[in-house]
Amino acid sequence: MSVASLGLGTPRAPSFGEKLWRINWGLVLVLTAIAGIGTVALYSAAGGRFDPWAARHAIRFGAAVAVLLATALVPPKVWLWLAWPIYVISLLLLVAVDVAGKTGMGAQRWLVVGPMQIQPSEITKVAVILVLARYYHGLTREQAARFLYTLPPLAVIVVPVGLVMVQPDLGTAMMVLLGGAALLFVAGVRLWMFLAAAVAAVGCLPFAWSFMHEYQRKRVLTFLDPERDPLGAGYHITQSKIAIGSGGLFGKGFLQGTQSSLNFLPEKQTDFIFTTFVEEWGMVGALVLLALFTLVLVWGFSIALRSQHHFGRLLALGVTSMMFLYVFINTAMVMGLLPVVGVPLPLVSNGGTAMISVMFACGLLIGVNVYRDAQFPLVR
Amino acid sequence: MRYRKGDGERSGLFTRRTLLLGGAQAVLLSALAGRLYQLQILDTQRFATLAEENRINLRLLAPPRGLIFDRTGQPLAVNRNNFRAMVTSDRGRGAEIVVERLDQILSIGEAERNRLLRELRRNRNAQPVVVRENLGWEEVARLEFNAPDLPGVFIDLGQTRDYPEGELMSHIIGYTARVSDEDLVGRDDPLLQLATMRFGKKGVERSLEDDLRGRAGAVQVEVNAVGRVVRELDRTEGQPGSNALLTIDLDLQRFAAERLKEHQSGSVVVMDVITGDVIVMASTPGFDPNVFARGITQGEWRELLESPERPLNNKSIAGVYPPGSTYKVVTALAALESKAIDPWTVLPCAGFLTLGDIKFHCWLKGGHGGLAVVGAIANSCDCFFYEAARRAGIDRIAETGAKLGFGKMSELGLPGESAGIQPSRQWKQEKYNKPWQHGDTFNLGIGQGYMNSTPLQLAIMTARVANGGYEVQPNLLLAKATPREELTPPPPREQTAASGLRFSPQNMALVREGMIQVVAAGTASQLRIDSQNKLLPPELQFAGKTGTAQVKRITEREREMGITQASLPWHLRHHALFVCWGPVANARYACAVIIEHGMAGGATAGPIGRDVLVETMKRDPSRHVDRFKKMASR
Repeated sequence: MSVASLGLGTPRAPSFGEKLWRINWGLVLVLTAIAGIGTVALYSAAGGRFDPWAARHAIRFGAAVAVLLATALVPPKVWLWLAWPIYVISLLLLVAVDVAGKTGMGAQRWLVVGPMQIQPSEITKVAVILVLARYYHGLTREQAARFLYTLPPLAVIVVPVGLVMVQPDLGTAMMVLLGGAALLFVAGVRLWMFLAAAVAAVGCLPFAWSFMHEYQRKRVLTFLDPERDPLGAGYHITQSKIAIGSGGLFGKGFLQGTQSSLNFLPEKQTDFIFTTFVEEWGMVGALVLLALFTLVLVWGFSIALRSQHHFGRLLALGVTSMMFLYVFINTAMVMGLLPVVGVPLPLVSNGGTAMISVMFACGLLIGVNVYRDAQFPLVR
Repeated sequence: MRYRKGDGERSGLFTRRTLLLGGAQAVLLSALAGRLYQLQILDTQRFATLAEENRINLRLLAPPRGLIFDRTGQPLAVNRNNFRAMVTSDRGRGAEIVVERLDQILSIGEAERNRLLRELRRNRNAQPVVVRENLGWEEVARLEFNAPDLPGVFIDLGQTRDYPEGELMSHIIGYTARVSDEDLVGRDDPLLQLATMRFGKKGVERSLEDDLRGRAGAVQVEVNAVGRVVRELDRTEGQPGSNALLTIDLDLQRFAAERLKEHQSGSVVVMDVITGDVIVMASTPGFDPNVFARGITQGEWRELLESPERPLNNKSIAGVYPPGSTYKVVTALAALESKAIDPWTVLPCAGFLTLGDIKFHCWLKGGHGGLAVVGAIANSCDCFFYEAARRAGIDRIAETGAKLGFGKMSELGLPGESAGIQPSRQWKQEKYNKPWQHGDTFNLGIGQGYMNSTPLQLAIMTARVANGGYEVQPNLLLAKATPREELTPPPPREQTAASGLRFSPQNMALVREGMIQVVAAGTASQLRIDSQNKLLPPELQFAGKTGTAQVKRITEREREMGITQASLPWHLRHHALFVCWGPVANARYACAVIIEHGMAGGATAGPIGRDVLVETMKRDPSRHVDRFKKMASR
């Protein structure tokens, strides 16, 4: 219990030293361990070479740690102010991708800015969390429960979902939708609204089906019955299951994975990096990696629960839910539990934008802990 | 404190719902762990097998097909280098483009393009598919030049069959072609699954297929997802097919075929009467088996099929003809063996015999007067054999015919052999559901009516009479060996290994004496002198029997109208037959000649039989193993 809650006056702002102390160094260590596993897996995916992925992954993580620490030390007030600008910028970037983006894997996802390739959809995920946390921070419980007050956040979610569906990027759309729903849930939106939304979603399925691209339909059908087309669309998932299953309890050993080294795995350095890793390290490796992610989630929940302000709570929970969705959708997808939708495994998959935005999000999470007892006015 | 207003309520709800959410996430994460357990613990064996199957590709190495030589070591079927274009693709991906470009370079045509696309899509483990065989240098160069535009296309050096003697040996050697589904019945040799594999379809290529093919070698390679070989893991060399030495004497075969070409269509078979070795087996016209080896076109195939001379047909074993008077040897033997006649029994001939109100004519209009068995064979008196057949009875004749090889397939082993027909009471009852008549016996007595035989059966009959009644079987394979150096002919044999047929030696001697008289003073006496009008020396003297087989019966009325054989269209004329054996003193070779629609046995078939037999006796291939040339260096 902080002094403030005891009504003993305004608490003193924490000193710089206290802020450093409040940074969850353990969490940073866990994230580093995950990124280390990512480096090992990418080294293996390249056939035992640091080029082209592993070395850049490690260096990029170093830079991302700096981003995380810098973000963590910025007072939440600043993010409160910046939430909407970041959201608007991410929307503009999404529009830019739709108009002038680079096509990859049958979808427009990248924006080329100088030497960098940016994937705006990764930024969008964080931006939506920021805006929703800011919005509900300014509402009372009664207001949050009212239907009219639920319409603006729905718009905040639906607009980017629509933009990424155009690309088309089913993975990001699912993540924004489910992540937003999680935030709305903890913010106090009435349960019947979720039920109504679920019913409406089921009702819209045929409609959505007609809007889907051919390859997306194929993926859904293939997911429902992978044996339908074992050499076509089902090929990826079948080969991924073979790789994971053949790994067994202890795996085939470092650099001994045949499925990935002989190119039976698609996208082995990005969406299917989990498969590459698990083929070589077995169920033991998979459980270690999942345990590390679970630690991140537990940390996230505890930060969310300990925050003294609603913005911090919602922000922390939004980031934690995002992490969960990343991990769950990606691993469930490569194990054949979900359709292949294109979601990377955070800090393990190769990809700059995703890593920076995940570490930025984790920076926000840790920032909530650093400034857990900060006070700032309700804003409408 | 105004910041806090209402925050307690909010945070309470937040905490409750957050815990709910956390619980839900925990459940979902456990589901992931459960899935890992299912994939990696429960089903790991299955997936491990699948991963190995992905990775390891067993590629078969086709062994060289065994070579075929004649008895003197001259090549009859060899292998020749064959550059062929092959293509692989990753489950048919991009196949259309590659096939399109191949069509531009090699102009493979619509039908072939569709075949390639079909095979490429069907092909699951990226086995190469044949685009075109027997590429010329120019085509190879064009493919190599365009290689960057043709991913998955490569030139493969394989082997193709080459038949240096072409048409001459076409019926005996046969040919090879792509493996068909029926070839696979009862054979699980993995070699037959190879796209480049060829299978014997006719002749020796077919009968010795399982020897000639050899055993597959295999190379285990690690392949990547597009089927490209990463490295070789293991290699077992195959075993080359075994090489075969045939009993055929190529020079004599050529000699016989040359003589047959004087006529439209015919067959000659020469057999060793001691060993059964088939020295000559010619059938004209033939076909060029090399056309099959390179891939026959529809038009060429139809032309071969529709020709009235049936070039695809090996007439020596598949052509059936009434044996005509050559069958009188059987009738005589049956009558003697059944004691229906004795060597001195003279049967009258007035030019015809009547049975009821049917007249059975002798070929000699005025009749032979009266002859005993030797004279009757020598002069081929029909009346004698009508009566002899009547006295011996159908059962004894059928039995004797069967013992001499008629009515059943020989042990030669070539595909397509016909059994011919040796009629009997039982046969007629089964075939026509009618009882045997006396008239049938009369007709059979002179080798007409239901009686049908192949030239090979005539040669077998002649050989069995010539060797004194031993059941020799025709044989085409002299020796086989896998390393070519070990391929040598067996030492000559003077004693037959065949079992006796239990004919009385006296009766055999009488029949043989009859056949000697045929040439010495009978229907073929013009054959005593050779083609240079010289009397044959004693060591080349031979015995024989002429035959003219009726195709269309010329009626009394037609005969009166002056219709003769020569005025009939070719396909209605009589077949000319001649069987012979020699030397008279010590029989070694038997020969049977049929000239389809050759009209007169003695005049048409006789000279060919004489010349082929005399040539064979001169060369004496069975005793002259020294003519065999080593071909290890070939």
